[in-house]
Amino acid sequence: MVLELQKPRPVWQIMFSTHHTDVGYLYLVFGIVFLFMGGVLAMIIRTHLFFPGQGVLVSDSATFNRIFTVHGLTMLFLFALPVANGIGNILVPIMVRYKDMAYPKLNAIAFWMNPVGAALLWLGFADTTWVSYAPYSIIRAPGPAADMFIFGMKILGISSILSSINFVVTIVKCKHPDLPLRRVPLFAWSMLTVSLMTIVAMPTYAAALIMMLTDRLGLSGFFNPFAGGDPIAYLHLFWFTFHPEVYIFLLPAIGMMYEIIPRFSRKPLYSQASGVFAFVMLGIIGFASWGHHMYSTGMDFTTKVVFMIGTLAAVPASGMHVFNFLATMWGGRIRFAAPMKFAVGGIALFFSAGAGGVLNSAMPLDFISHGTYWVVGHMHLFLIGTIGFGFVAMIYYMFPYITGRMYNEKLASAHFVLMFWGTVQTFFTQHLLGLEGMPRRVYDYPTEFTSWTQLNQISTIGAWMIGASFAIFLASLIYYSAKGKEANMDDPWGIGGKYYYPVEAKNPHGGHSGY
Amino acid sequence: MGHDTAEWVFVAIVIAVLCYVGVDSWIVQKEVEAVPADAEVIKVTGQQWFWSFEHADGTKEISTLHLKKDHAYLFEIYSKDVMHSFNIPDWVVFEDAVPGHTNHAWFAPNEVGTYPIQCREYCGLLHYNMRGSLVVEDDKS
Ligand code: HEM
Ligand SMILES: [Cu+2]
Ligand SMILES: [Cu+2]
Repeated sequence: MVLELQKPRPVWQIMFSTHHTDVGYLYLVFGIVFLFMGGVLAMIIRTHLFFPGQGVLVSDSATFNRIFTVHGLTMLFLFALPVANGIGNILVPIMVRYKDMAYPKLNAIAFWMNPVGAALLWLGFADTTWVSYAPYSIIRAPGPAADMFIFGMKILGISSILSSINFVVTIVKCKHPDLPLRRVPLFAWSMLTVSLMTIVAMPTYAAALIMMLTDRLGLSGFFNPFAGGDPIAYLHLFWFTFHPEVYIFLLPAIGMMYEIIPRFSRKPLYSQASGVFAFVMLGIIGFASWGHHMYSTGMDFTTKVVFMIGTLAAVPASGMHVFNFLATMWGGRIRFAAPMKFAVGGIALFFSAGAGGVLNSAMPLDFISHGTYWVVGHMHLFLIGTIGFGFVAMIYYMFPYITGRMYNEKLASAHFVLMFWGTVQTFFTQHLLGLEGMPRRVYDYPTEFTSWTQLNQISTIGAWMIGASFAIFLASLIYYSAKGKEANMDDPWGIGGKYYYPVEAKNPHGGHSGY
Repeated sequence: MGHDTAEWVFVAIVIAVLCYVGVDSWIVQKEVEAVPADAEVIKVTGQQWFWSFEHADGTKEISTLHLKKDHAYLFEIYSKDVMHSFNIPDWVVFEDAVPGHTNHAWFAPNEVGTYPIQCREYCGLLHYNMRGSLVVEDDKS
């Protein structure tokens, strides 16, 4: 069987294609490229912090602040969203049995907005932090970087709204008439949920960005206290979008685990209905908790309590996913091939991240953790531990279908061990650093607290392990897509059962051979 | 146990834990926020990139704050420019300094010593170095 990527095609044919698998590949390659660009920044940050007081690698705080800002923006908007969109593009139409996305041209346009936004973010290299709180971002952040940040985010935001509309229409309107919505595979459900969430959440941030821009230009003073405005208003608008957005980053990874876990457990999924219910519930309740990022801004007691309840109310939905995974694996004949290793590792880290999140949401505890390295540890257990692991699992899973070849299982194991250990070491340690009071977003820290130095060094060594694991990943992706053993396309892991997959997609340019 | 019972039991346990966390937080936070009536007001002002303090009697200090043991203090927290966050980690004093707003935090140190003061909200170039110290002294008067 000859597959799309095996048939040499000129690159421009993929680039100008509007076919969903091609757009999906573009998203995937884009996201993986930025994973490595953001990863390099992360290595610079962690290496720098290994040596307090010495200015290693970065010798001024202005540059350091720009580096962690662009690191965060890159990982969230140029890696996590594009990879989810890429895999969504490839799989969703197949899962709902439609020939393409509902609006192929819009799909390609949405993708091509990404490089433009990325260029603005990277060429500007702003220092506003990814949250870019007012009034710093308005009265102090140096231009043109901050302005380029605003336009870059604006473009990425519009792109994600466009692709979300596309996913919603594809799934709800274009699915095969014989396929009831409740039977649509859970990965497609995760894309449906996050697309609806994006459509509801993102416009608020888009408006806040415009207000920030006019504030910066001095035309208005919405968030500028020195022109009659209120910075707290910005925080509300920002977190109204971005607390739901954290679930938008998360849920596709959970959806991918739903693809992988039953297959490698060689058992049917424990409960489709519970998965659908948990997605939808999180999609709704996720909108009731944004204020947990603002407990210390001077919020009154009642408001804090309301947001705490909103946050806690969203937790059972996440718990239901964990239960569903475990119940599926229970009594299964599990094959721990690379996709399964990463999926199970991701679930373990998801669980610990969620437990930490619950502690954050408890008001008195948040006054200890907020603004410290604890929060950095918390979010990274989700961002790397859950999303990173889910994506990597899915990329290994799709590898044979996309390339027709097998990756190397031993190297994949090495990747897994290094990445899992590294993640635990880096980010659990950061929780402790937070408890010791170390603030986040700092260029340097005093050396008289020896525990800070030691914990930072432990954390950095973990980060190097993650870095090494991704070097293995990149090298083996490239090498084995050209030189790997040919995969048995009907059953690459020899576990039986039926798969959907990129192989089934008909590509008008690829001259796909079909079965 | 039946197919669904297990899941219901699991969800019920999760909800019970969450209720416990919620109720306990409510109780503790209520206590934490009950400012004693005799707390002495200290005005704290954050600006890029240092803290300044004004005691009730009008004395001013910069970066280093001297307080007496076994007294309650109520911080009134302001900012002159961007957001900062006033933090004495050892005493869990923590509240944002937001320009245009007045925020509050209180504590009553019961041990003599010197403790770090820092900023815990990103405020630009020297955020990392926006540090000071709190000196708690025996009350001799
Ligand atoms: C069980 C679910 C979760 C709970 C209960 C939870 C709770 C919280 C709370 C209370 C905070 C505020 C901490 C602080 O700044 O003081 C927080 C911060 C954060 N969370 Fe979560 N969270 C959950 C899931 C997630 C997920 C799934 C993600 C990402 C995929 C995520 C990413 C973040 C990020 C990025 C921040 C820090 C934002 C910043 O200030 O830069 N969280 N979380
Ligand atoms: Cu949140
Ligand atoms: Cu600061």
